[in-house]
Amino acid sequence: MTTVEASGRRLEDQHQHRWRRFKSGAMSALAVLSAAAVILPLGFVLFHLLLQGASSVNVDFFTRTPAAPGSPGGGMANAIAGSAELLALATALGAPIGVLGAIYLSEYSSPAVAASIRFVADVLNGVPSIIWGVLVFGVVVVPMHGFSTLAGAVALAIMMIPLVLRTTEEVLLLVPGGYREAALALGIARWKIVVHIVVRTASRGIVTGVLLAVARISGETAPLLFTAFGNLNWNLGLTQPIAALPLQIYTYAVSPYEDWHRQAWAGALVLISLIFLLNLSVRFLTRAKRL
Amino acid sequence: MNPPLGSPEPRTYSEPMRPPQPAVGQSPQPVRQIAISVEGLNLWYGKNQALFDVSLGFPARSVTAIIGPSGCGKSTLLRTLNRMHEVTPGTRMTGRVRLFGDDLYRSGMDPTILRRRVGMIFQKSNPFPTLSVRENVLVGLRLNGVRDKEVLRERLEECLRMAALWDEVKDNLNRPGISLSGGQQQRLCIARAIAMRPEVLLMDEPSSALDPIATARIEELVHELKETFTIVIVTHNMQQAARVSDHTAFMYLGRLIEMGTTQKIFQRPEHRQTEEYITGRFG
Ligand SMILES: Nc1ncnc2c1ncn2[C@@H]1O[C@H](COP(=O)(O)OP(=O)(O)O)[C@@H](O)[C@H]1O
Ligand SMILES: [Mg+2]
Repeated sequence: MTTVEASGRRLEDQHQHRWRRFKSGAMSALAVLSAAAVILPLGFVLFHLLLQGASSVNVDFFTRTPAAPGSPGGGMANAIAGSAELLALATALGAPIGVLGAIYLSEYSSPAVAASIRFVADVLNGVPSIIWGVLVFGVVVVPMHGFSTLAGAVALAIMMIPLVLRTTEEVLLLVPGGYREAALALGIARWKIVVHIVVRTASRGIVTGVLLAVARISGETAPLLFTAFGNLNWNLGLTQPIAALPLQIYTYAVSPYEDWHRQAWAGALVLISLIFLLNLSVRFLTRAKRL
Repeated sequence: MNPPLGSPEPRTYSEPMRPPQPAVGQSPQPVRQIAISVEGLNLWYGKNQALFDVSLGFPARSVTAIIGPSGCGKSTLLRTLNRMHEVTPGTRMTGRVRLFGDDLYRSGMDPTILRRRVGMIFQKSNPFPTLSVRENVLVGLRLNGVRDKEVLRERLEECLRMAALWDEVKDNLNRPGISLSGGQQQRLCIARAIAMRPEVLLMDEPSSALDPIATARIEELVHELKETFTIVIVTHNMQQAARVSDHTAFMYLGRLIEMGTTQKIFQRPEHRQTEEYITGRFG
């Protein structure tokens, strides 16, 4: 009697055990599929770009300016140089403001002020990038009577500031308070502690944050449409329209010419390689022990 | 060791004038001057009072230990001696602290300059992680504008020797400070503090994170350093207090219960609480 009951219970247990196993297996499978859904698009994009664009990535592509519309040949040298200049200028304008703002938040401001600035930065990070293009059109392009490198750089810089601010603040807060106290106890002035101890300790993390922000804005097209505008010829001056890779890709992609379509693919491949490289250097920087 | 620290060499950064101090061993029975005197100190963290009417004096060029159970206010008292408690938001203090007669809390007293006169060693050793051994020792001087290579080189060796670390690091002064062992790191922090040529060294449980051998070295060092500096050491280790200190102050629940020579406190304490704590009946 008792043995029958016991074995019955055991059967039930086994049944439940299988059901649990099944649920657990299903969950793992779902998780694996979701992870694949993250990786697949990247693989697909890279594959497609390589297929379509690799053949057009040649010396001409990096050294020539665009050929006359419709005629074959030419390259995107002006757009590559233009993007480099825009990114450099935007970083020079935006990164210091972001870093200094973060220093204020982590080292000087009261918690309440820091929380509200943090909130504003998060809102700014969520603003659609075309809004920045429109804004800079109003406050830079219109008064200057024309599209320009400067306007494009300002638009990108505005996007960079809250990004850099948030990442920098995070790494500054990671610097243990013990170092600040040790420096204070040595009779070192507050601002020197911030510059020579705190920022130096966090320098790797700050550089990482800036690189991530550069990677993030390097593909932005919308804020450049009404500011840098694009240019099929060489220009590196600050007050004329300037070419940029994303703009050039856009112009070429919507054109009716086969050759330009191929070059648009090549441009996209170069752009994504650049972003990939930036992210890779970030990985490299953050792998090292120090912050 | 009659220290080169006493030598009147030109100072490249401004240090406050110091009151004359009696040279060690000048008279056969030196009357111990009071280096720091605390009068009627009360301190609050927000609404919570942590120190109640504390008054005591720390004799110059000797070691005073502050003992007492955890949370009784030892660290808090120590931090009022170089105004480090002001770093904690929401603290409020009443009472007076004098360093060789000079009121630390008078208006016009710059806490930054004060802290060069009253150095501090923390429980957790904290060499700056991006700096080498050499840079760690010299960072206080460098950031206060001392540029003279000769001065820096001399001070480096002098301080590392005083901190009993020179022989261990002299061949590799450029290695990161944090690559040293725990005990060496703490001695590096001591070298870094004495590079500022302070008059007083405050130590907050400086060896509580160290093994017994490293602890013994720190204790030896404290013994040597008292020739040059006034030392106040917080410790929860009563054997340590008995070994290193000349005077001992016992605190309990934010109050100073009793202070006297270490011998007297440990052999003939006046208060029952002191005796109970020392004999290990609570704490
Ligand atoms: N930063 C702080 N904020 C609020 N209360 C504190 C702070 N530091 C210490 N206290 C309180 O002050 C009292 C004394 O602390 P402390 O001086 O650290 O004691 P001890 O060093 O003797 O262990 C304790 O009750 C503690 O909770
Ligand atoms: Mg303590």
